Amino acid sequence: MSVEIQVRVNGQPHQSQVEPRTLLVYYLRDVLGLTGTHVGCETSLCGACTVLLDGRAVKSCTVLAVQADGASVTTIEGVSGLNGSSGGLHPVQEGFWEKHGLQCGFCTPGMICASVELLSKNPNPSEAEIRHALHGNLCRCTGYQKIIESVRYAAAKMKSRRR
Amino acid sequence: MATATKYIGKPLKRKEDPRLIQGLAHYVDDLVLAGMLHAGFVRSPHAHARIKSIDSTKAQTAPGVVAVFTAEDFRGQIGIVPCAAQLPDLKPAPRPVLATGRVRFVGEAVAVVVASDRYALRDALDLVDVDYEPLTPVVDPEKAIAKGAPVLHEPSTDNVSFRWELEGGDVKKAFKQADKVIRQRMVNQRLIPVAMEPRGVLAEYKRGEKTLTVWSSTQIPHLLKTQIAAMLGTPEHSVRVITPEVGGGFGSKLNVYPEEAIVAHLSMRLGHPVKWMESRRENFLCTTHGRDQIADVEAAVSKDGMLLGTKWRIIADLGAYYQLLTPLVPTLTGLMLAGSYKVPAIHIEIIGALTNKMATDAYRGAGRPEATYYVERLMDLIAAELKMDPAEIRRKNFPLPKEFPYATPTGIAYDSANYQKSLDLALQKSGYVKLRKEQAALRKQGRYMGIGVSTYVEICAMGPSSAMPAGGWESATVRVEPTGKVTILTGASPHGQGQETSFAQMGAEVLGLTPDDVNIVHGDTAAVPYGIGTFGSRGTAVGGTAAYMSLIKLRDKLAKIASHITGEDPKDLVFGGGKISSKSSANKSIALGEAIGAAYSAKSLPQGMEPGLDSTTFFEPTNFTFPFGAHVCVVEIDAETGDVRLLKYVAVDDCGNVLNPLLVEGQVHGGIVQSVGQAMFEEAVYDEHGQLITGELMDYAIPRADCMPWMETHRTVTPSPVNPLGVKGVGEAGTIGATPAIINAVVDALAPFGVRHVDMPVKRERIWKLMRRKVAPKRALRPSAKAKAKPKPKKKAGPAARRRPRRRAK
Repeated sequence: MSVEIQVRVNGQPHQSQVEPRTLLVYYLRDVLGLTGTHVGCETSLCGACTVLLDGRAVKSCTVLAVQADGASVTTIEGVSGLNGSSGGLHPVQEGFWEKHGLQCGFCTPGMICASVELLSKNPNPSEAEIRHALHGNLCRCTGYQKIIESVRYAAAKMKSRRR
Repeated sequence: MATATKYIGKPLKRKEDPRLIQGLAHYVDDLVLAGMLHAGFVRSPHAHARIKSIDSTKAQTAPGVVAVFTAEDFRGQIGIVPCAAQLPDLKPAPRPVLATGRVRFVGEAVAVVVASDRYALRDALDLVDVDYEPLTPVVDPEKAIAKGAPVLHEPSTDNVSFRWELEGGDVKKAFKQADKVIRQRMVNQRLIPVAMEPRGVLAEYKRGEKTLTVWSSTQIPHLLKTQIAAMLGTPEHSVRVITPEVGGGFGSKLNVYPEEAIVAHLSMRLGHPVKWMESRRENFLCTTHGRDQIADVEAAVSKDGMLLGTKWRIIADLGAYYQLLTPLVPTLTGLMLAGSYKVPAIHIEIIGALTNKMATDAYRGAGRPEATYYVERLMDLIAAELKMDPAEIRRKNFPLPKEFPYATPTGIAYDSANYQKSLDLALQKSGYVKLRKEQAALRKQGRYMGIGVSTYVEICAMGPSSAMPAGGWESATVRVEPTGKVTILTGASPHGQGQETSFAQMGAEVLGLTPDDVNIVHGDTAAVPYGIGTFGSRGTAVGGTAAYMSLIKLRDKLAKIASHITGEDPKDLVFGGGKISSKSSANKSIALGEAIGAAYSAKSLPQGMEPGLDSTTFFEPTNFTFPFGAHVCVVEIDAETGDVRLLKYVAVDDCGNVLNPLLVEGQVHGGIVQSVGQAMFEEAVYDEHGQLITGELMDYAIPRADCMPWMETHRTVTPSPVNPLGVKGVGEAGTIGATPAIINAVVDALAPFGVRHVDMPVKRERIWKLMRRKVAPKRALRPSAKAKAKPKPKKKAGPAARRRPRRRAK
């Protein structure tokens, strides 16, 4: 049995037949070939699979592909196309690069998506607010401090662009 | 190394990041090959059981299933899981790749299913019917080695894997002379590494070329290649191992696992590429665990706080089988039990215990965090006993800088250090004196702040081959391409450490280019000369040194060519800005490209010089390196809830010279937070049936973004004399120095309650109970709380009702 879904992913419309139990993360990875979104636990505990679903950060390992029917999804591959990007990288991506916000990089796509959502809701978050917003995204390499710096960098960059 | 540098020592942002921040990097699971099949494992739900029968008929006929195999199908075709550890009288504990007749831990694989896609695979795994006859599990390591315990590996008659003893100095005399003997039992709990990327393997066998390519999320591509060839009986020159992007290892991928050999075998047997991706649940159950020791220490000290001697008895829980280094890790603990102190005499006994659990093996620090934890806790126990300041007792027992290289009674020689300097800096930066005053004031208010100090030394840059199970060298090839671009092929296998950047900085520095001109290739055994891999804080100190030496050889060759062209003395030539120039006369310079061109065109080379610009070094270090540092941690414990809050963390680390301070800081941060995990949250718990009850991220808490205060990091620089770069290594420092600093702070906070030690992790419940178990001396309690403590029988006199020191309102 399969179900038809229509999803806009990174600005591109897709029409696909999927098994109803297909998880959004496997739809993105296996059907659309967008492997930048990672599977770290399949239990929504680690956050490696975080993508933006209609602008909200969701853990795509516990969203069914059929639940994304009619929605718009942004993955790490499409983050640079969002508002606030200067063609090349999104300010959050820039922040992670400038401030050494990643080491092995496996949690990074999810971490970046969660940070993009945070800054869309709260353009000038405090350290505590950043820590709280990212507490569902696990990183085993960085100890988080440089991730906080990365998000602060992005916030400052986005603020200066708005001026 | 040159003093004025353009790139070495600079905080350059990483070359590897653009692909990682845009979703353009490829980890194993991102690779898809035509005709690829998916493998999955049926795993034992029992810790100890006999396999009576396996019925896979239903699974075999399920939709999408290609094949199901059990141990019987692999008989004589795949060898046992390798263990490189060599210890005298090590008892055998061989692990077949699939359980053969008997399972010995929950999660041990008993069958493998191959299917066309991951969903069909998951369905089919449930259809394999295994009939078990449960046996009595052996879970507690102390009971495991006691007489009468069920034996895991016959024909052995007990579960003692090994006894390792080491004695240095006159221990008897030390204890005879002692003014005080201090004793303590300490537990270093079992941990789960939790690399964010679980393990994964993809294998493809090309029948025409007879080549087997294995992509694996590993830290040791070359050693894996050799072991796969040996396990499968396949000629090694037809095996190629590639590590694509690796999402963290922390020692858990410094291994050779059954899945790697099985997937490789299946790709040959089925004629299709086969992939296996570990689930997080599997990652908890059957990727190696870390730590898991019980230590009993006795210390002989003089009344003025000098260490005279120590005696150690350590039981290490090894789990059910040996993985690559399982029995070796606890012996590393043994080597480092002198810590950063002068201990004239030491006796160590380590007993390896086999239990029905997953194997322990290297986990970030591998044996050294355990040693440092014990030693640093011991120093605080002694200080408390003698009513001395913890910083002072450490300072008294440090060897002086002029005493290096410093020989320990455990038989190793610390390369270089200035322990006093790093401690002074840590005390100064943390405002230690002020903190002590603040603590005293808070105690009067019934608030419990604790200050913890740790002064660690670790053993890194693994290491001289004589002291390693495999070789301890590392290789590098540097190639200057005809167009002037540089390729460095390294036998190290970085997986987050950032050596694509730091090695490029080195290449640019030596040859006078920019880091963008230098590319690093690693993790492909067909491209890179044989190497050892990345672990034991060796990537830069051993692998980086190999690259540096090759770079120097090529620079010397290019200088000779330039000298041949310009007539200048090669010693007077300097490299920079894409030119080779004379120090004395500015106009006597040639473009670097001209010298490179000459090396390749080979028309006018100096007499006897070979063409080309390619240099390989196998660097064999003469000793380990011994990074060190001093950490200060401040906590406050909530008397109502037992909650431990980290208020401040100051780390001073000395890893010798530094190639890129940004990367060093990242390593230190990550290590400290992993230590916070061990100290405060993490504990792999097996119940009495041998079930892992912390088998998921839901039940096993690793630190989150909101667990930490802002960390402050500083460095002192004491170059290592062991390598020409003067680097020591930094990958494990945080996990080694931080755990005792945190626990020392917690115990210090609890001192008014008469607490002298607490085992990790310091969960609220444990602390809350400790605060109620002991009667606090008067100064710890406010008058009102004391009054409430007076016996006044109530109906519900639960522990909480008995005495509850409250925080003052103001």
